[in-house]
Amino acid sequence: MESIKDKVAIVGMGCTKFGERWDASADDMIIEAAQEAYADAGIQQKDIQAAWVGTMFSGDTGRCLSEPLKLNYIPVTRVENMCATGSDAMRNAAYAVAAGVYDLVLALGFDKLKDTGWAGLGDVPFPGTGRGLIGSQGASGPSVFALLATAYFAKYKLSPQEGKRMIGLISVKSHRNGAKHPKAHLRREITIEQALNAPIIAWPLGLFDCCGVTDGAAAAILVRASEAKKFRPDPVKIKALQISVGQNQGFCRSDFEYTSVFETVHAGRRAYAEAGIKNPRKEISMAQVHDCFSITEAVIMEDLEFSPRGKVRDDIESGFFELTGGLPVQTDGGLKSFGHPIGASGLRMMYEVYKQLQGKCGDRQLKNPKLGLTHNLGGFPATATVSCCIAGL
Amino acid sequence: MVGIRAYGAYIPLYRLDRGEIVKAWRSPFPVPGEKAVANYDEDSLTMAFAAAWDCVRGIDRQEIDGVFFASTSPPYKEKQCSTIIAGAMGLRRDIIAADFGGSLRSGMIALRAALDAVKAGSAKNIVVAAADIRLAGANGLNEMFFGDGAGAVLVSSSKVAAEYLGGYTISEDFMDQWRSDKDTFVRVYEERFIREGGYTRIVPEAVNGVLNRLGLKPQDIARFTCNTDDPRHLMGASKILKFDTAQVQDTYFMSVGNAGTAIPLMTLVGALEDCKTGNKILAAGHSDGCDALVFEVKPQIEKVRDRGGIKGHLASKRMVPNYGAYVLWRGLMYMEPQSRPGRPTDSLSALWRDRDWGLPLRGSKCTNCGTPQYPVQRVCQVCQAVDKYEPYSFADRKAKLTSFSNDNLAITEVPPITVSVVDFEGGGRITCNMTDREPDEVKTGMDVEMTFRWMHYVGGVHSYWWKCKPVRF
Repeated sequence: MESIKDKVAIVGMGCTKFGERWDASADDMIIEAAQEAYADAGIQQKDIQAAWVGTMFSGDTGRCLSEPLKLNYIPVTRVENMCATGSDAMRNAAYAVAAGVYDLVLALGFDKLKDTGWAGLGDVPFPGTGRGLIGSQGASGPSVFALLATAYFAKYKLSPQEGKRMIGLISVKSHRNGAKHPKAHLRREITIEQALNAPIIAWPLGLFDCCGVTDGAAAAILVRASEAKKFRPDPVKIKALQISVGQNQGFCRSDFEYTSVFETVHAGRRAYAEAGIKNPRKEISMAQVHDCFSITEAVIMEDLEFSPRGKVRDDIESGFFELTGGLPVQTDGGLKSFGHPIGASGLRMMYEVYKQLQGKCGDRQLKNPKLGLTHNLGGFPATATVSCCIAGL
Repeated sequence: MVGIRAYGAYIPLYRLDRGEIVKAWRSPFPVPGEKAVANYDEDSLTMAFAAAWDCVRGIDRQEIDGVFFASTSPPYKEKQCSTIIAGAMGLRRDIIAADFGGSLRSGMIALRAALDAVKAGSAKNIVVAAADIRLAGANGLNEMFFGDGAGAVLVSSSKVAAEYLGGYTISEDFMDQWRSDKDTFVRVYEERFIREGGYTRIVPEAVNGVLNRLGLKPQDIARFTCNTDDPRHLMGASKILKFDTAQVQDTYFMSVGNAGTAIPLMTLVGALEDCKTGNKILAAGHSDGCDALVFEVKPQIEKVRDRGGIKGHLASKRMVPNYGAYVLWRGLMYMEPQSRPGRPTDSLSALWRDRDWGLPLRGSKCTNCGTPQYPVQRVCQVCQAVDKYEPYSFADRKAKLTSFSNDNLAITEVPPITVSVVDFEGGGRITCNMTDREPDEVKTGMDVEMTFRWMHYVGGVHSYWWKCKPVRF
């Protein structure tokens, strides 16, 4: 089995302003992200030989990309992996380049969530999926992830106050970072008191424990790593591309504790092996992870071996994940503050890693980062689809 | 010998102090006591199920070959409810299922039909369950009188706990309380006519009919049970019949309220709880005439005492916080729609495929590695064995709460819902909602049990499934 390591490079990226884009359609945002990526790579649209597009709610078939861009009848594949859609669009595009079938491809993720007229995702199950599915019982996304918080607090004997402070600090950090990013959705810093006193969405998660529901699009141009320097002096090479897909274990097995997401563990370990990483806490320079909810980020920190089991609270309290810490996380504000247009998020994460590695992040810029990790989770803690990518110069 | 083999009851956890109704309407005719109020996720079908479930405790459900459901407030006008109950109970398919309705006596009529069927040899074990959840117009006496509840008996030709000695029935067209096909709320005719012209004439005629037929005197009867719109009517009829107050079964007016067609069975169950071997019970049901049936309690009764029954359910209660919650639960209030998408209609073909599995809360147990799983896993979660499993029921297993969230964003009429991760004794997990709980009192590690509830109504289809609830008793 071959590895993807150093076979493919990203030579251009684009990302729209994230937010409630009342002014823009999905097509507008697709064009906005694609044009930025073309300009960044110094290419013309006609140079693209194939494309992968990711969206969960806002389009069907490859036509949702080729129609707005007029891709001139090239192959386009639509990818859907719930909230991990964007990462998988990029993964499939990268494999096509690594296979040597194409020289230059486009991966683009988007979702236009704010044309629904309701708050939150509000996704309901397709009729006919049977009794007992969590969605058909009325549960919202926040409550499904809140199960992690209740179980984590219980296992590690945190009082509700201690637990809520732990996850509240995660959101405070993300808002602080996101406030510095001109393209972020929620650009306001918050205090721990605001986080703790916010209305409860799904106990124990309050308003500030939940990410934004956002419109946006992000895009990447991928080429063979050996050709990358022809496009720019600082291409970003893919070191690992892993994905792990659940088998409903958390809804079926009573040994699933709700304090770890197995797919994150599997995808993380495989990505570290692929990239040749022995000590992720030391070797990873930064991570953009799937903080759909603050507790999700806490559990990810342990599942990705950034913090020892049950000890993430110490790292949160000590500022280890802050911009100035040992392993900065959500340097652009994450889903929490930058926003979460489902299909775009995985590529948005890579956009931040790419810009950080190239040293273009202004007052968010980290000192000399070597390796960046993106972690993108679709589905539920009980049965998820998790992408884990590592990139470096 | 034919008679009652076991009994059960269901009274909702929640009670409304009638003072809350008085307060809401500044009623000039306050009625004392409280009434039982079904939670928002209960209806006559789920309450009848719960009473039947209580009734068949400890009995092999494969022995049951009939389910009779009686109600004047069934969730469907055209669609059998007894088949849903039979499905949820996990009964065999070669059984008789029948719905009885129309009359407030329908529970008694169903009981009599079951006794006749078993006597005739058409069936061996028929569970008869009656439940009502009737609506009365606001600020009328019946809003204070009406309560919700269910009673059930298992009619059998073996292991009889109360032998059926005989009955007497009168059928008479008499309009006292009714609802037309266009009515939501119960209509009532003039009270004196009901009492003098009807109740105190018809009930004594039927009771005397059965006493004469069996050669019994009023003093031979240990307990006389009968439903009534108003306890004063029952006292009037009892006086005419020369029953002492001690012989007359309480109709739970002060604690449950008038639970319609459930009351004849609930009062019979109450009498069975109190009576000893050799006691005779005269159980009557009034409305559109009267049935009067006599039973004699047998020693077997001591073997079926271990159940909630009337006493257990009466003792376990919580108060409905206020009148607003009550009208919300009964669906009488227009609620601001949630900022959420509408639910799709359930797929009836998918629910049909699931009839032997999800409906009775049956999963699979891997015959290779022994792991219980829900829903049925054709490929085992643990050992990946393919199609090596046997049916495994979770419905009456003990369980603990592993994690939960009180979800204010959920799609529901009554937020929050308590999303619950439930782990069963002996293995297996189900993620479901918790009901009959105070959100603030939910704790990880608490003991829970499963309960069959109404889930939602979309496109004319009432959806039912299981929830967990704190162990009630």
